Amino acid sequence: MADAPIIEMKGVDKWFGEFHVLRGIDFSVARGEKIVICGPSGSGKSTLVRLINRLESHQRGKIVVDGIELADDVKAIEAIRREVGMVFQQFNLFPHLTVLENLVLAPTWVRRMPKREGEELAMQLLKRVRIAEQADKYPAQLSGGQQQRVAIARALAMRPKVMLFDEPTSALDPEMIKEVLDVMVELAREGMTMLVVTHEMGFARTVADRVVFMDRGEIVEVGKPEEFFAAPKTDRAKLFLSQILGH
Amino acid sequence: MSARALNWLRANLFYSVPSALATLVLLALAWKLVPPFVEWAFVNAVWRAPDPSACRAAGSGACWAFIAEKHRFILFGTYPYAQQWRPGLGILLFIALYVVSALRVCWRPWLALAWVGGLALIGMLMWGGVFGLPYVENERWGGLMLTLILATFGIAAAFPLSILLALGRRSNMPAVRTASVVYIEMIRGVPLISLLFMASVMLPLFLPAGVSIDKLLRAQIAMVMFAVAYLAEVVRGGLQAIPNGQYEAAEALGLSYWRKMLLIILPQALRISIPPLVNTFIAFFKDTSLVVIIGLFDLLTAVKVALNEPAWSGHGIEAYLFASLVYFAFCFSMSKYSQRLERDLARGRRHILRED
Amino acid sequence: MSTAPRLRRSWSLYDLRVRAILYQVLLVVAVGLVAWFLILNTTHNLEARKIASGFGFLDREAGFAIGETTLVAYSAADSYLRALTVGVLNTFRVALIGVFAATLIGTLIGLARLSRNWLLSRLAAGYVEAMRNVPLLVQLFFWYTVIADNLPGPRQALSPLPGVFLSNRGIALPVLHAHPAHAWMGAALAAGAVGAWWLARWAKRRQALTGQPFPSLAAGTALVLGLPLLVFLAAGAPLRIELPALRGFNFSGGMTLTPEFAALLGGLTTYTAAFIAEIVRAGVLAVDRGQFEAAYALGLRPRRAMRLVILPQALRVIVPPMTSQFLNLTKNSSLAVAIGYPDLVSIANTTMNQTGQAIEGIAIIMAVYLTISLAISAFMNWYNKRIALKGARPA
Repeated sequence: MADAPIIEMKGVDKWFGEFHVLRGIDFSVARGEKIVICGPSGSGKSTLVRLINRLESHQRGKIVVDGIELADDVKAIEAIRREVGMVFQQFNLFPHLTVLENLVLAPTWVRRMPKREGEELAMQLLKRVRIAEQADKYPAQLSGGQQQRVAIARALAMRPKVMLFDEPTSALDPEMIKEVLDVMVELAREGMTMLVVTHEMGFARTVADRVVFMDRGEIVEVGKPEEFFAAPKTDRAKLFLSQILGH
Repeated sequence: MSARALNWLRANLFYSVPSALATLVLLALAWKLVPPFVEWAFVNAVWRAPDPSACRAAGSGACWAFIAEKHRFILFGTYPYAQQWRPGLGILLFIALYVVSALRVCWRPWLALAWVGGLALIGMLMWGGVFGLPYVENERWGGLMLTLILATFGIAAAFPLSILLALGRRSNMPAVRTASVVYIEMIRGVPLISLLFMASVMLPLFLPAGVSIDKLLRAQIAMVMFAVAYLAEVVRGGLQAIPNGQYEAAEALGLSYWRKMLLIILPQALRISIPPLVNTFIAFFKDTSLVVIIGLFDLLTAVKVALNEPAWSGHGIEAYLFASLVYFAFCFSMSKYSQRLERDLARGRRHILRED
Repeated sequence: MSTAPRLRRSWSLYDLRVRAILYQVLLVVAVGLVAWFLILNTTHNLEARKIASGFGFLDREAGFAIGETTLVAYSAADSYLRALTVGVLNTFRVALIGVFAATLIGTLIGLARLSRNWLLSRLAAGYVEAMRNVPLLVQLFFWYTVIADNLPGPRQALSPLPGVFLSNRGIALPVLHAHPAHAWMGAALAAGAVGAWWLARWAKRRQALTGQPFPSLAAGTALVLGLPLLVFLAAGAPLRIELPALRGFNFSGGMTLTPEFAALLGGLTTYTAAFIAEIVRAGVLAVDRGQFEAAYALGLRPRRAMRLVILPQALRVIVPPMTSQFLNLTKNSSLAVAIGYPDLVSIANTTMNQTGQAIEGIAIIMAVYLTISLAISAFMNWYNKRIALKGARPA
């Protein structure tokens, strides 16, 4: 049982109208694995990740998350969303709630947690991401880096089995990227299954078990970070790496 | 039916049970209501009838002949028949002024001159008395021409005053600021009708004995007072949107208050305010219809009076539909323009929003 | 222990403070002079025309009848003050009903505009454009001419529903006969409302403690509707409806909406609903797509997400312009004078014509509307301060 992959995608295709955004994706993620997905813009990497918690839906193929098949079944989607946490590029914190309330919302309403228990959990997580003193502030009063760390804590409050990161540092000023990456590295070291779409290659080298390179809707190359960065096998990957790492 | 059409129907009309139901209900309603309306308004309609009894004939539909007979009255009021080319030309000049002001290439200082010149030309055309044109007193002006005059002169006069009022509201001097706030809140808190009554009834009382003020001017003054308050709020919004850094940079360069405002702040603030200014103008244009209550002869009054003629009475629906169409033509085009303008201006200005 | 040194003010025209004082003094003097001039002329003119001044006329007998009244009885022998009060009440009647109806219709149309159904959203858009680009007065005249000129006479009245009659003398509706049980039902309704509120509070506390949610909305609604229903049934279900019946040339019995009221209400409602529709639409669109996604990603169901995340944010954007529209509707009700509905402006107009005291009449009109609009502004300021999103990082 521990060997069964926690995410499995077979022959997945997706279209946006006429645009074929994902082509024949075959991909699986083992429990505790850390995957970094990279590629040029428009390659479909964000879409791939958003398929997993049904923010986007696939038209062909099969996706299984934690043993539950993703389809239009409302119960299945709800069950999957309880176990999958997501961190967005634009943070998407709820501006009308304090930091603490942002974290307590979902556990209270989705996992039926009593409020006191939820608040304790929230404070623990806020300490973990080193932002406990901001618990009563509102999102707009925090910097970008702080907001993203709150967003990570909010996702963790649901005790997910998998964490998805959709370009978590792309909207941050350079001096704040490190604080967020540090949190993500710690999370990885604690054994969380993570799928991270990012351009931060340093992070990939430190943490990733596998690097997935996508281009134009296809998975072009998959490999261990050392192999991928040192000696990419395909031309498209070579081109991409030269553009990213060249400057 | 082609596959694409079917797909479109499925995605846009029948994508769920409630949606399918709603579609069917709407189509059923259309089936019941549209054919009778089309029959009344077009198929059975009487388009031309020198004799009003043709409109009362059994089975006749809408009496558009009423409009055909009365259209000169509705457009020009009681202006002398032979001279009606003058208000006709005036209407075209107004439209030309609007169109020119709408084109962004024309947003230069000379536009203000064009306005002054254009309005003076229209005034000269309507009053006459010069260049061999016979004089026509303004009691005889009416119809669509009067609506355009009230709206355009109203906004043209109110706009510069509203800038002063907006600056006054943001002033540091308490007396000036209080006076501005009091004026703005008072005017915005009462209905336009009360201002029209005030002008129509109270202005004559304010003037020394022997001095009289004619009805059109009274109504125009009331409309200007009304517009100034609303325009001032729009301009104030534009002034607030300018980052403090602009004010500071101008002051650091040593510019005096008025130089700072005229050269740096107002050009930017007014640019930002243009879409809401256009929206205010559209509302103002519609508000001119209220002068019917104080007995001035605008487009709506003309329509109403035309209805009173016994031979043609009973065709209120056609008359008001026609009036609606004329107003709609003006207001809809202005509002579409305003929406497009807003999109264009927002696109170019996104970099300004990333301040601090 | 030193304080900042006091600057010696140089009394020269170049000193900024001196200038400011000078400008303001000039302004006050100018305004004063103009006011004095106007007042002088006015008193002179009033004397010349033998027009009285002051509000003494309010006690005099009015001498004119009023077509319809709200809540108070009125006859031509009553004072002007009473007549004006009737006017104010009539204004409130049409404004309050109009506000409710316009909000309801406007919200539905605004949501329709956002619908995925192409027909529905286009029709809603067409409605909004048609209503917003035609002056309200034209629409009022249109409504009035349809009701008063184009509906058949009472003998051939249209009857779309049993008991409802549309004719050119107005809209006749059935009305419930008053019965003592109704007072008890009202009390039951109040009790139900209080009970629902208590229930909601208890449910919230319980959820905070144990995490168990409770369907307080459904239960609350059941209380508010159910208790009065129980009282109703217990009293033997007294449901005597008085139907309007044709007697002679007109309907009697039931409740009749005059053509003037019906036209004013219909026009005001449909016109304002179009503006409210746009406000609701803008409010929903203003909430970032990312908020929906974050809420769904956390596992919140669409309805929960709507209630906890989307609506609070949308309401912040919707409420200020919405209250502005309520104020507009109230001000627009003054157009009643053009179609003969006896609202405040209408009756004040008649009063001014009879007594000649135009200044006092206009002052009364403006005072009433100013009070209403200042009250609404104050409410909006209070609401905005309370729910404003705390933001702006310090420095």
